[in-house]
Amino acid sequence: MSDLTELGIKAIRDGVKAGDFSAREVAEGFNANVAAASDLNAFIVATPDAALAAADAVDAKRAKGEELGAMGGVPIGMKDLFATKGVQTTAASHILEGFTPEYESTVSQNLWDAGAGMLGKLNLDQFAMGSSNETSYFGNVTSPWRRPDGSNTPMSPGGSSGGSSTAVAARLAPAATGTDTGGSIRQPAAFTGITGVKPTYGRCSRWGVVAFASSLDQAGPMARDVTDCAIMLGAMAGFDPKDSTSLDMPVPDWEAALSSDLSGKKVGIPREYRMDGMDEEIAASWDKGKEMLRDAGAEIVDVSLPHTKYALPAYYIIAPAEASSNLARYDGVRYGLRDLPDGAGLQDMYAETRAAGFGDEVKRRILIGTYVLSAGFYDAYYNQAQKIRTLVSQDFASAFEQCDVILAPTTPSASFGLGEKDDDPIGMYLNDVFAVPASLAGLPAMSVPCGVNSEGLPLGLQLVGPAFDEQGVMNAGLAIEERAGFTHRAEKWWA
Amino acid sequence: MSNYRIQGATGEWEVVIGLEVHAQITSKSKLFSGADTTFGAEPNSQVSLVDAAMPGMLPVPNMECIRQAVRTGMAIEAEINKYSRFDRKNYFYADLPQGYQISQLYHPIVGEGQLLLEKDEKGGIPEEKIIGIERIHVEQDAGKLMHDQHPTMSYVDLNRCGVALMEIVSKADMRSPAEAGAYVRKLRSILRYVGSCDGNMEEGSMRADVNVSVRRPGEELGTRTETKNVNSVRFVMAVIEYEANRQVDVIEGGGSIDQETRLFDVATGTTRTMRSKEDAHDYRYFPDPDLLPINLEDAFLEDCRASLPELPDAKRLRYINELGLSDYNAATLTAEVETFARFETLLGAVAKQLGKPEAKIATMVSNWSMSIAPGVIKSIGDEANLEYATAEAQAAILQMQEAGEISGSQAKEIYEIVLKTGRAPTEIAEAEGLKQVSDTGAIEAAIDEILANNEDKVEQYKGGKDKLFGFFVGQTMKAMQGKANPQVVNQLLKGKLVKV
Repeated sequence: MSDLTELGIKAIRDGVKAGDFSAREVAEGFNANVAAASDLNAFIVATPDAALAAADAVDAKRAKGEELGAMGGVPIGMKDLFATKGVQTTAASHILEGFTPEYESTVSQNLWDAGAGMLGKLNLDQFAMGSSNETSYFGNVTSPWRRPDGSNTPMSPGGSSGGSSTAVAARLAPAATGTDTGGSIRQPAAFTGITGVKPTYGRCSRWGVVAFASSLDQAGPMARDVTDCAIMLGAMAGFDPKDSTSLDMPVPDWEAALSSDLSGKKVGIPREYRMDGMDEEIAASWDKGKEMLRDAGAEIVDVSLPHTKYALPAYYIIAPAEASSNLARYDGVRYGLRDLPDGAGLQDMYAETRAAGFGDEVKRRILIGTYVLSAGFYDAYYNQAQKIRTLVSQDFASAFEQCDVILAPTTPSASFGLGEKDDDPIGMYLNDVFAVPASLAGLPAMSVPCGVNSEGLPLGLQLVGPAFDEQGVMNAGLAIEERAGFTHRAEKWWA
Repeated sequence: MSNYRIQGATGEWEVVIGLEVHAQITSKSKLFSGADTTFGAEPNSQVSLVDAAMPGMLPVPNMECIRQAVRTGMAIEAEINKYSRFDRKNYFYADLPQGYQISQLYHPIVGEGQLLLEKDEKGGIPEEKIIGIERIHVEQDAGKLMHDQHPTMSYVDLNRCGVALMEIVSKADMRSPAEAGAYVRKLRSILRYVGSCDGNMEEGSMRADVNVSVRRPGEELGTRTETKNVNSVRFVMAVIEYEANRQVDVIEGGGSIDQETRLFDVATGTTRTMRSKEDAHDYRYFPDPDLLPINLEDAFLEDCRASLPELPDAKRLRYINELGLSDYNAATLTAEVETFARFETLLGAVAKQLGKPEAKIATMVSNWSMSIAPGVIKSIGDEANLEYATAEAQAAILQMQEAGEISGSQAKEIYEIVLKTGRAPTEIAEAEGLKQVSDTGAIEAAIDEILANNEDKVEQYKGGKDKLFGFFVGQTMKAMQGKANPQVVNQLLKGKLVKV
């Protein structure tokens, strides 16, 4: 039998269902890969027993002739931002180290209900704040990809869902959950040559997901290809009365409706995304993407998103503002880390606990967020940023009067070496310049691999659709996937 | 206009008062979680994952709380905002697990309204006065810290954490402790009528932040202080009294008033600084991104309005205008939900038994309800079992009295026995002989005997000594052992004395 860890969601699901192999064999294969990849540091906690138990349950169901579910027999990695009952949930922070929830997030529960199993909890940027996976308390995640220059520089898998992107790219998991607040699914997917979808805000419940910026946070799938993403998103999504911002809409059968025939569709090319000094290889990949979509039958049209340049600054006001408030609950009183020096009072306990429990990037964003919400600054920053957010949404609304889907690069560059942007937080933030506008507008967006650059590192293309049109986004993604023929993969060097 | 003035060393000062009343909304579960709200449960037994602010937990609005706030707004004739929104008020404290309170700063659910203070000269309200209400917003209550459970640590009880409150903000329209007291009482009455708050101040269901400033009559407003969490009408009045005098002393002593938050010390009846303006929190309010704005539909509003009961002012006026009650009786009976409910039940029962319209007997029933019945209860103290004080029993007594079967004093005696034993009033009247004799034969016989035995007095009466009529009545009643119907006695006596 061929190596089962080469398979994606659809192949595993269909193979288990057909009896070509057992779910247990699949789980064992991926468990072994997880165990043999500590160099990558993709997992904070591995849960091989959970994966086996879920697999055995699926095998038992099959033996009884029962339905196996949309993800039946597929083991996945769970970003450690999702609360998992009885399994440590840390958001890659020290302040939540050892925290074991008594509850299961809606999205993870949906996946288990669909027959998926858990390989482990995936590393990420602390509280999902970061674009390189260098802010985790549990250490950097290293991308399986390397520059072919012999330097063996450890490369960034992107962030914040860097554990997820690495696990999928290195075949430690056929798929993984991600969350995207300002690019945290799309950018790591682009950096590691995999596919990731951020659905419309509200598609996936936020209940049980450690909050970063509530008005932006959205869970989504990260997998080998578009079809796998469509299957997994279908299993994750759905109305949840426990999340007031959840979309009360039926979940379409995205997998069934996938079609790469774009005849009659218009693809918008936002002129503001072609920024001065744009990486030539990124620009070239974008042009290649246009050709592929034209080849799939689409008409290419120019569109304008005039407020694009304000989107990133607005994002870096709104997201930290919400984060500064969302993270106030980590205070050492009820759970997680408590640092209580002898004779200390309540205020000292707060200060010590939070100083010790949060990493530098998290503190930076709490400070920014606290500042922009402060009396006297609120109107100048937060309110202004909210106005920009409205304008960005209006930009998209006008653009979608002229086109069905927007094509843009996912990132302004390919992956970079870990540590290369240590002293350049703004440069790091710029990584998300193309991803953030869709986040502010709450629109469905994805990244799909389209090739490698001259260094042999993957590049992704981004597709953005109107609200609720995940189908249109994934169909365009599929058209690119079929034409790009992305078969590059990282050569195994890790152990 | 209130003529309440503080007499300072340098002249008169006027007091300006505004109140922020926090009223706990009557609801089974909390504002954003399904946890129970029953008062007095074991610490931390009514705490959901949301209340404890566990990672990833999200608030979901309890529409019953929204409904109660809207109904309350309608009861004070306020503007109801069809669009409202929740904001986060950020600060750290151990009784606030989220690190923020979900409240409504920018878009409260209820806008401007008003409340009427009735004229009550004895109570310090020389004339009717309208007090403006700025807004009502809905917010979460905090938990409770317990400092007396451990020598070095404080304990946290989150049962109250997340319970829904209405903050009812008055305008600075009050000018005396009496007005403030009347305002709180009236507001409490309205809330209890509407059923949106139980008004139980001892259990903390209602508490007030008292804003006080002083000024020379008619001049610019002075700097105010805010005294937090005052939990009785008496204390609200005491705070104002103390604070106004303190401020006058400070100003007249050449000092100035700091805008600050103060605490009331119940033991000493004084207030003291809690935190100054410099230490005031920057709450960093911003719209709660976990919650969508609340958009109220017309049907919802109509349903809220239709569910409102007759409110205190309307009821009071109806009692005066339709039932013919005195202003005093009407005001007293309508002040409390329990009082009017008891009265209306009894009135209905008596009217039904007598087959008379309520308006004809309302004064009689109100007198019974307000003074006679409470008097009987008071006179026998602990012996009274109030479970026996049913409308049915009281109606039976009043019916007998109206029919002339028993006298007023017999009614009291019968009620006393009812309260002690629970026996039926008609049975008591029979068995205990507590009935008036209206049998003209028996009374006539008694009268004839008396007139025969007192011929001299009969002559004197005929000779113009009218006062003697009372003597004959007294003798007759005595002969009848007090059980004769006085009206029948009068009638018969008059007839016989003329004939003779």
